[in-house]
This record gives sequence, structure tokens and C-alpha cells, in this order.
Amino acid sequence: MATQQTQTLARSLLTPAVALLFIWMIVPLALTLYFSTLHYSLLDPGSESFVGLENFRYFLTDPAFLASLQNTLVLVGSVLALTILLGIPLALLLDQPVVGRNIVRLMVIAPFFVMPTVSALVWKNLLMHPVSGLFAWLTKLFGLTPIDWFNDVPMFAIILIVAWQWLPFATLILLTALQSLDEEQKEAAEMDGASGLSTFIYITLPHLARPITVVILIETIFLLTVFAEIFVTTGGGPGLQTTNIAFLIYSQALIQFDVGSASAGGLVAVVIANIVAFFLVRIVGRNLEA
Amino acid sequence: MGQITLQGVQKAFGPVHIIKGADLDIADGSFVVFVGPSGCGKTTLLRLIAGLEDVTDGRILIDGKNVVAVPPAKRGLSMVFQSYALYPHMSVRGNIGFGLKMAGLAKDEINSKVEAAAATLNLTPYLDRKPRELSGGQRQRVAIGRAIVREPKAFLFDEPLSNLDAALRVQMRLEVTRLQKQLGTTAIYVTHDQVEAMTMADKIVVLNGGKIEQYGSPLELYERPNNLFVAGFIGSPKMNFVTGEQAAQQGAVTIGVRPEHLKIERGGAGGWSGTISVAEHLGSDTFLYVDAGPLGMLTVRYIGELSLSAGDRVSLTPEPNRVHRFDGSGNAIRA
Repeated sequence: MATQQTQTLARSLLTPAVALLFIWMIVPLALTLYFSTLHYSLLDPGSESFVGLENFRYFLTDPAFLASLQNTLVLVGSVLALTILLGIPLALLLDQPVVGRNIVRLMVIAPFFVMPTVSALVWKNLLMHPVSGLFAWLTKLFGLTPIDWFNDVPMFAIILIVAWQWLPFATLILLTALQSLDEEQKEAAEMDGASGLSTFIYITLPHLARPITVVILIETIFLLTVFAEIFVTTGGGPGLQTTNIAFLIYSQALIQFDVGSASAGGLVAVVIANIVAFFLVRIVGRNLEA
Repeated sequence: MGQITLQGVQKAFGPVHIIKGADLDIADGSFVVFVGPSGCGKTTLLRLIAGLEDVTDGRILIDGKNVVAVPPAKRGLSMVFQSYALYPHMSVRGNIGFGLKMAGLAKDEINSKVEAAAATLNLTPYLDRKPRELSGGQRQRVAIGRAIVREPKAFLFDEPLSNLDAALRVQMRLEVTRLQKQLGTTAIYVTHDQVEAMTMADKIVVLNGGKIEQYGSPLELYERPNNLFVAGFIGSPKMNFVTGEQAAQQGAVTIGVRPEHLKIERGGAGGWSGTISVAEHLGSDTFLYVDAGPLGMLTVRYIGELSLSAGDRVSLTPEPNRVHRFDGSGNAIRA
């Protein structure tokens, strides 16, 4: 890409793809911006009128907004912590040479291929159901009262489900990183008299810093928009206990049929995602610099 | 103290026998080089001594104590790896001091020892750099610093110079030798390069196919090789081997003459005659590859310049007391 000619050629070849992506993204964004300034209710068609920033004021002052913002952060933070804290030991185990290692790896990675709706249904009806679920059966086996997961600890239940889905992803990334750790480095540490724990703390963990950063960044992007698990299990309730920003916007648009304030909410979510991304890149992003 | 003795050491990976019984006595303070072609087991033998591999059979004594069941760190040895194996996220200071930190030394003590080691190796200006900010030779020195700072009973080097370019290798060769003499610590050095072996070693162990072929000083190996393998492996260019009638006349199956022990004369008279096929003029030496008919290709090394060129007829006369004789199984026949 050195000469003027190849640069021009490159630009003209890239143009269609860039233009398509641009239109693909700019049209929905522009429409959302436009809708967010309208009084636009599906229950009252034909009454659309310009209301300025009224939708934003309504969305941001809604008590549900702060509650769902908090829920979003709790959900993202807890799932990140769970997947990384469990992913590291799991990856370390899977890195050991055992019989049938490939099959074990496949089994561990399997949850990632189950679609969120299905896994939420499985958890809801087969595992966490207070009457017929596996967990209820187990607790009754010990003579205890079964937990009604989605009523007693709804947020915890959602966190469990989402963490179960994302644990394989974290494990997989960390496992591949472990496999790239130079064997001679571990041997050098062994010669230096480092115990297994010291080797982990001083050699393995620093080596994992970068993949952990990658896991945090990628998971955050997806965890900010968790929806299917909530929709299938708790429907955001009880009350607002499991409503995150994504679910709140959904309920504005398709439960209250208020397209205007849902659009405003969508734009607020974009801003929030950018704020989170900004801090994330500040805190963990420097690990990515080579 | 760092006296190392191997007694009948064997190593097998499953059905594959890598080390088929090694007996060796390494004196305190000596520089011993393991040399051999790739796959001969020299690195495995080093790793057995280090404790990174378990022996299948036999005993390894360090200062008279059997260490076969002792973990690597407790054997009091330190190792320089082929890839250097520096810790990438630690500074040079952290790398050199890691072993001391693991041994639980106080911070001040670690710092003074690390700085002393760095001064020995001219690394003082780089103490706070990361390994990736260093050149190959500097990384090599950090790896050596990591080894010397623990004041081990012996250093183990696993082909430490193979990743350096030729000029740097010669320089580091000198530095390693000088450092070892200065510290007086036993060193075991693995290489496949016989020039490195000859120049650095007090004693050389020639390994082939998991067996020790010969153990002796460089000149012993050069002058009195035990067998065909050692004769061919030590010395550059390679020793010439002649079989058949010429060998039978001397009461041997094979005779060997080093290229520098062949007297070359212009013209075809006397000794073995042949035609020069390639002549290499280096100024200090002249290497001549002579096609000697039924005797095969013979290499001749002449010290200094010799104005012969390809196609010239020459005659070759081996120096009579420099001819090595070998029997049918390749072992040397000593008069």
C-alpha cells in the first residue's frame, strides 16, 4: 500500500463495503434519534408530534431507570467475576494431560453453543423449578425447603444462568493462552525454586493478563445487552428486581407501546455503553498494548 | 563444591531408550561439554542432572549425595535455557532476582546480589528494562545472570549460544568461559557445535545414540579418538577415512588421517595421488578437496596460502605417526 496508485485502488475497492456498513448503521441510528424526539405511542396512532427532549426527561427520571441501571451493572460485574474466577482454574485443569481430554474440552465448551432462550428454558423448567426442578429435588433429598429461585433470589438466578453460558468462552480463551505459555519458562521457574503456587502467581497469571482483558472487554459488550434470559425466566420481575436497561427499553416499547421514550432509552443505553467502554479501556486496555 | 557423578544413569520415554547407561565423573570447578549430533541424548542427560526429568535407572551424585529423588530447586544447580526462558513481564532486575525472592531472601540482600551480578555481566544500565527491550546478546547475559546470582554448585547450559549470530557467538563463548574460570564453578554445557566444545571445555563428553563414546580433554579426543565416531565428529574439517588395501597394509580395517596431517605435493609422484576438485583459499588456510580415485574424496588442510587450483595433479603423504587405525567394529587400534 505504498504507492499513490495502490492507495486509490484500495480506497475504491473498500468503498462499497464501507458504504453498506455506514448505511446499515446510520439509518437505524438516525430513525431512533428522530423517534426519540416524538410523542409516538402505538396505542394512539396518528398523534405523533414533536416534543423535544421530553422523552429523555421522562426516561431518565423514571424510577425504573436507576433501578435497571444498577441491575445492569450488578449483572455485568457478577458474571464477569464468576466467569473469570471459575474460568482460570477450569482452564488450568483442562490444560493437564488427561485421558479423553478432547472430549472433556468439548463438553466444557458446549454451553456456549446453546442459544440463550433454550438454556434459560432448561434452567427455568428442569433445574430451578421449585416443584419439579432438579435443584428442588436435591434440596428435598436433604429434607430442606426448595428455593423458589426466580422469586426468592431472582437476580442471583439470572446471574447463574448467564455465567453458565459465558464460562466456556472465558475458559476457552484462557486455555489457549495457557497453551502458548513457554514450557521452558515454567522449567526456569522450577529451577529457581518457585512452588506451584508461586509459579502460578508470578509466571502464569501475568501471562494471562492479556487474555483476561480480552475476555472482560468482549463479555462486557454482550452482557450489557442480556435480554433473552430475563424475558424467558422472570420477565424483569418480581417488580423491577431483574430489569436491566435492555429489558426496560423493551418494556417501554412493546409493553407500554411508547416508541418515543423507548427510542430515548435506546440512545441512553448507547451512551452508557460508551461510558463503560471508556472506563474499561482505561483500566484494562493498557494490557493490550504490546 | 560441585562434584557431579553419574552412575549407570538410564532414561527411557516409554519404549524408547534415550540414555542407555551413562557413567561420568565431573570434577569440581571443571568445564564439561556434552557434544553430539542432534537426538544423541545430550540435552536429556542435562535435564536429568537438572532434575527436570526423572531417571529411569541409575544414580546421580552431587557432592557425594544421591539427588535422584530431590526436586530441581533443591539440587543447588542453575540452568541457562536455549530460549533463555526469561520472564517477559519482569524487568531484568526481577528476572535475575526471582530465584533469590523464591528462596525468601530480604529485599536489600536481593538487590545487592542482583546488582553485583549485573555489574559482572555489564547489565547495570539495563536493570529496569523488560526482556523484550533487549538485544539477543543482552538477553543471553540476563539468563546467565539469573544462573550466577544463586551461587549454584554447578551451571547447566543447554545450547545457550545457538540463537546468536556467528560474531556474537564467538564473543559470548569467550565471556562464558572467562566467567566460569573467574567463578570457579562447575559447568556442564550442551552443544552440537564441536568448535564450541573444543574451545570451551576442560573435558568433553562425546555422546552418540544415548551412549557416551568418549570422555576426555579436547586434545585427547583430537589426538587419540576411541572410535570412528569420535574421530569423525571432533575436528574440522572432518577426518579422512580410507578403507580397503591401504588400510589393510597398516593392519586395520579403516585408517583415518586428519586433513592437516596430509602432506601435499604438486605432481603425481609418491604417496596417494589425485586431482584437486575444489580449492578454497582463505588466506590463513587453504582447503583442498582431492579426488583420489579408489580412495575417494580426501580433504587437505594446508596452513597458509598454497597456489594450487582445481584440476591440478597432486600427491598426498600422511604423516606416519598421525595415522589413526580402527578395527572392524570401529574401535581404535592402539599400538
